[in-house]
Amino acid sequence: MPARTSWIPYALIAPSVIFLGALFLVPLVQTIWLSFSAGDGFSLENYQRMAGDLNFSLAVRNTFLLTLVVVPLQVVLALAMATMVTKLDRGRDLALWVLTIPLGISDLAAGLAWLALLQNTGYLNSALYALGLIQGPVGWLSQETPWALFFAIVLAELWRATAIVLVILIAGLQLIPKEFSEAAEIFGAKPWTRFMRITLPLLKPSLQSALILRTVLAFEVFAVVYALGGRNFPVLAGEAYVWQNDNQNYGVAAAYAVLIMAISLAATAVYLRVLRTRPEQLP
Amino acid sequence: MADIVIDRVVKEFGTFRALQGVSLTVNDGEFVALLGPSGCGKTTLLRIIAGLETQTSGRVVIGGQDVSNLAPRKRGLAMVFQNYAVFPHMTVFENVAFGLRMQKAQQEEVKRKVERAAALLHIESYLDRYPAKLSGGQRQRVAVARALAVEPAVLLMDEPLSNLDALLRLEMRTELKAVLREAGTTTIYVTHDQTEAMGLADRIAVMYGGKIDQIGSPLEIYATPATRFVGGFIGSPPMNFIKVRCSQGMARIGDATLPCPATGKDMELGLRGEDASLAPNGSGIPFDIRVVEPMGSHLLLTGSIDGQPARIVAPPIAKVNAGERVGLTVDPARVTWIDSITGRAIARA
Repeated sequence: MPARTSWIPYALIAPSVIFLGALFLVPLVQTIWLSFSAGDGFSLENYQRMAGDLNFSLAVRNTFLLTLVVVPLQVVLALAMATMVTKLDRGRDLALWVLTIPLGISDLAAGLAWLALLQNTGYLNSALYALGLIQGPVGWLSQETPWALFFAIVLAELWRATAIVLVILIAGLQLIPKEFSEAAEIFGAKPWTRFMRITLPLLKPSLQSALILRTVLAFEVFAVVYALGGRNFPVLAGEAYVWQNDNQNYGVAAAYAVLIMAISLAATAVYLRVLRTRPEQLP
Repeated sequence: MADIVIDRVVKEFGTFRALQGVSLTVNDGEFVALLGPSGCGKTTLLRIIAGLETQTSGRVVIGGQDVSNLAPRKRGLAMVFQNYAVFPHMTVFENVAFGLRMQKAQQEEVKRKVERAAALLHIESYLDRYPAKLSGGQRQRVAVARALAVEPAVLLMDEPLSNLDALLRLEMRTELKAVLREAGTTTIYVTHDQTEAMGLADRIAVMYGGKIDQIGSPLEIYATPATRFVGGFIGSPPMNFIKVRCSQGMARIGDATLPCPATGKDMELGLRGEDASLAPNGSGIPFDIRVVEPMGSHLLLTGSIDGQPARIVAPPIAKVNAGERVGLTVDPARVTWIDSITGRAIARA
């Protein structure tokens, strides 16, 4: 190739570099800078204030608890759903389409939908009352019922965001030639053994992508929690929102944002290491 | 060790009948090739024997036991797949050991049997490597070793050599024959390559349109094809079919006559290109040469007999030219007579 055309690749990626730089890198640097500045110059004051806040440890605990419960459940559910969908002969597209409907709904709308179901005068209480199981409205989402609230948030998150894992895993399953499973079957492997020894290891690259995506998003969970529980169930992103809008303290909000990013990066690094596929083991 | 009885197996996919009541018996220790063009149902039949596909009707009996409704793992067989299906996330050792591990064999037994299978296929030196590091031929050896390690009663092979290049295919074919003879396993081998089938098999079942057209030894199939299809499919060049009319036990082609089996019938003379010998023009069957192709070991002559296309194999030193007419002498005992209407061979008188 003639040397003078060597600028073309750079010109072609320039728009996306400029776009990312302007809308991602600059705000990122600004946020990090904001979180480390108070008064004039470098300071850890915002972080001290964040850590000293009454809700901080609660928000950390809740965010981690939610992530540790929701993400594994989503992976297991999505694996089961993906296995079933790929086994369908007829109506497979329809089933997949129905299962992925929640992906098209914004997280706030999903939260509000579950609020309509679960609030005091919601559909759940109406149904239970009509069945004679309760005498009057029962509060499921209040501060007095933290486990019911937690359970409701888990339920809403499972409903809302399992489909993205499903889509990634189905794509991954379709990449595995069926001969692997057939060979294992011929050589004596029962269905569960085939799943554990053949399908799951070969699905590792897709599992890794799905886990990174879902875990990062789970650490950022906000709208569903906010719609269902308000500040009754503090989470990290929610606290950032409160410090930004209610307290008008951008420095502490930035500190929360940086903390969420650090946790997400750490989780991603762990997944990249633990679930790495050695190049010689690729199909 | 076991024999295999396939009894009137029918397979339908929707309205399409892939197998139209196929029956076949494979004796204990025998090597049978299922040979046919793509879409003839040979792979479907193999997958039904394996249990990976369920027959619409009919039975599969292995070693006296009706396995028609058993899961593949309960049929006591092993299989080699066209694309090898060697597990990429396991070492060669673990691949070969897979079947033994599923049988919950003791570690010592696993080690002994894996090493024996590996030695048979000459893959001992890369037992601890991953398949991605191996060539296609080496992966194929791993797939065969994995199948032989479980010492199966029945071995099924689905076009195992078709992904290899020509030279390697020839080498593996010879080796496979030696290895399988030593193992003495009952083998069914699916292929669309007639040289593979001829070279490897004790008997060949030629399949066409979901049916077995003929089953017999490679020589029988070659010398006495049961149908026009078998004659045209086996042999290179394919058998020539010349339309003739048989009257009073004699068929007239040009100036020549050949004794024919049935009188008053339209039939086709099935003539192998290598069964005709050249004679001067004016004697024998007239053959108009259109193209001469020197193939090294022989000359391939393309032309026509009585206006009908034909290919004749001549010695490499024969003095013939394109555009020439020569005579062909034919041994009446080596020709096949085909009924024009049914396409089946007419029994010799």
